[in-house]
Amino acid sequence: MKIFVSRDSAARSVGADEVAERIAAQTQGLDVEIVRTGSRGMLWLEPLVEVETAAGRVGYGAAAPEDVDGLIAAGMLAGEGESLGLVEELPWMRRQERLTFKRVGVIDPLSAEDYEAHGGTSGLRKALAMTPADVVEAVVESGLRGRGGAGFPTGIKWRTVLGAESDLKFVCCNADEGDSGTFADRMLIEGDPFTLIEGMTIAAYAVGATEGYVYLRSEYPDAVATLKAAIERAHPAGWLGPDIHGSGFGFDLHVRVGAGAYICGEETSMLESLEGKRGMVRAKPPIPALEGLFGRPTVVNNVLSLATVPAILTHGAKTYADYGSGRSRGTSVFQLGGNVAHGGIVETAFGITLGELVNDFGGGTASGRPTRAVQVGGPLGAYLPVEQFDLPMDYEAFAQAGAMVGHGGIVVFDDTVDMAAMARFAFEFCAAESCGKCTPCRVGAVRGVETIDRIVAGTERDKNLVVLEDLCELMTDGSLCAMGGLTPMPVRSAVRHFGEDFTA
Amino acid sequence: MTSEVVAAAPVPVPGRAQRVREIAGELRGLRGALIPILHAVQEELGYVAQDDVAVIADVLNLSVAEVHGVVTFYKDFRRAAPGRTTVAVCQAEACRAVGAVELADYARLRTGCGFGETSADGRFTLDEVFCFGNCALGPAVQVGEKLHGRVSPARLDALLGEAR
Repeated sequence: MKIFVSRDSAARSVGADEVAERIAAQTQGLDVEIVRTGSRGMLWLEPLVEVETAAGRVGYGAAAPEDVDGLIAAGMLAGEGESLGLVEELPWMRRQERLTFKRVGVIDPLSAEDYEAHGGTSGLRKALAMTPADVVEAVVESGLRGRGGAGFPTGIKWRTVLGAESDLKFVCCNADEGDSGTFADRMLIEGDPFTLIEGMTIAAYAVGATEGYVYLRSEYPDAVATLKAAIERAHPAGWLGPDIHGSGFGFDLHVRVGAGAYICGEETSMLESLEGKRGMVRAKPPIPALEGLFGRPTVVNNVLSLATVPAILTHGAKTYADYGSGRSRGTSVFQLGGNVAHGGIVETAFGITLGELVNDFGGGTASGRPTRAVQVGGPLGAYLPVEQFDLPMDYEAFAQAGAMVGHGGIVVFDDTVDMAAMARFAFEFCAAESCGKCTPCRVGAVRGVETIDRIVAGTERDKNLVVLEDLCELMTDGSLCAMGGLTPMPVRSAVRHFGEDFTA
Repeated sequence: MTSEVVAAAPVPVPGRAQRVREIAGELRGLRGALIPILHAVQEELGYVAQDDVAVIADVLNLSVAEVHGVVTFYKDFRRAAPGRTTVAVCQAEACRAVGAVELADYARLRTGCGFGETSADGRFTLDEVFCFGNCALGPAVQVGEKLHGRVSPARLDALLGEAR
């Protein structure tokens, strides 16, 4: 029989290794195989133990190492005793539409057999039977937009790279997931790395690239190790190398580890870093699709964009596009974090409301106090009050509300939060992480901290609020990239919705 | 904070320059080799010394200024040996929502050092990090290589105790 315990770093951070070790010690001599999977994304239930039964996997969680003996005594090995029931029947799981995250938490992330048995490689096989141009058009037709935050249509980007003439093209995966409140890239890489490899291989085939790089942040050592191991195993399986699936098409993939600079999540800064330089933002144009890594045509996509491509090819572009709302097609992987009772991964079609995510899935705050604010889309996203919980998760609807969906991270704060302090932190963070190339960002962030300090000290509050708004306008319009350009978003939204905090 | 002006000159380690040259030589064929080389030097030798910069520049045929610029741009690269245990406390928004600022104050108190500093007894180096991707189980703290979630002050005490 099989018992599943997550090896995801979030699960390990609360004791999953110790739980797995205890189960192994207590089942010695029995016919028990402990499989270390990714996490289902129900992080408040970690460490979650799942036991295979005839009816499906029965869950036990959150299980501390000291709970293991009692659980086994109560019949856990037979799926009996006090359990959560069938994991896939839990409301949190049933309400989701998992396409990108289909296998995460289900399979052994490094088992090629598991991967194929659960539908892996079917997208790549379909792609290799099509012309590259048809693959690009399928991705265009699916409506897939960049999941990293900017929301640019992925297929259009690929079309540009396909049309560019060059003897060398690259596919680069941006896995520098530095936004606080986002962890889906990490969980996908730790839980189903072959999907990312497959997606990048399809991208390479579609645009005529032969070499790929995954820029993965150093703060994710488990993801680095998992992805490197997966790449090593993909070669003998024929999923990477000079002759993929016997097609004659060749593609090689390499991991590059970041070095603690948030700005390297900006695509041109990431390219500079991949070239071995300081992560200074480049002016655009030229766009990376035409002059990217080492000046060559380069696809730069986020982990989730690339990892969704195999599902699009497998199920068909139209099936994927049938999910979603407005111009936001397909599913998105939302992440609930911060002060939230039930934090984790929610993959569902665009169009679900912010309130459904925070209240129905998230169950409100972890502290039990009223929710006061949520920040959506990372440190550069807006702070929204509960009055805006009816906003649908949709790129355009959020833009109209002065906010952004970004990478789909949602951070919850209870009523003890000081929003002036959070606005100040947005500037502090920008000052610490700015690459320094453009003045609005480099200097503006420092002036922003000073101005908020004056406002909360009661020094000419009204005048300084005007200065703050002027500074925000200048940074928005005058910065070279989204770092300086979007830092005003959390600041302005905090002032607009929580102005009462900006007082002495 | 230690700046290069006030930092004590590291004691030259016999054979270090030779080893740095070997590491750089092994990796120089990679595209964009400088950052992988710096990571490899730090992993094996603990930090990137100022003397290493000239050696790496020589192997890659770059100017010392170019290599220096890269080393100082990235927070990961240490310029001096860290304490026996590194403690990194997440200070990003999601962890702030569950008390990371207060936890950082407590960490400073218990280790006796500020962010970016090493305690006088060489036991701890304390760092701040913006996000480990453990945003649903904050506050997150990394001790050595291991990530911990839902770290309360009492839990931090226990983790620091284990590291002693």
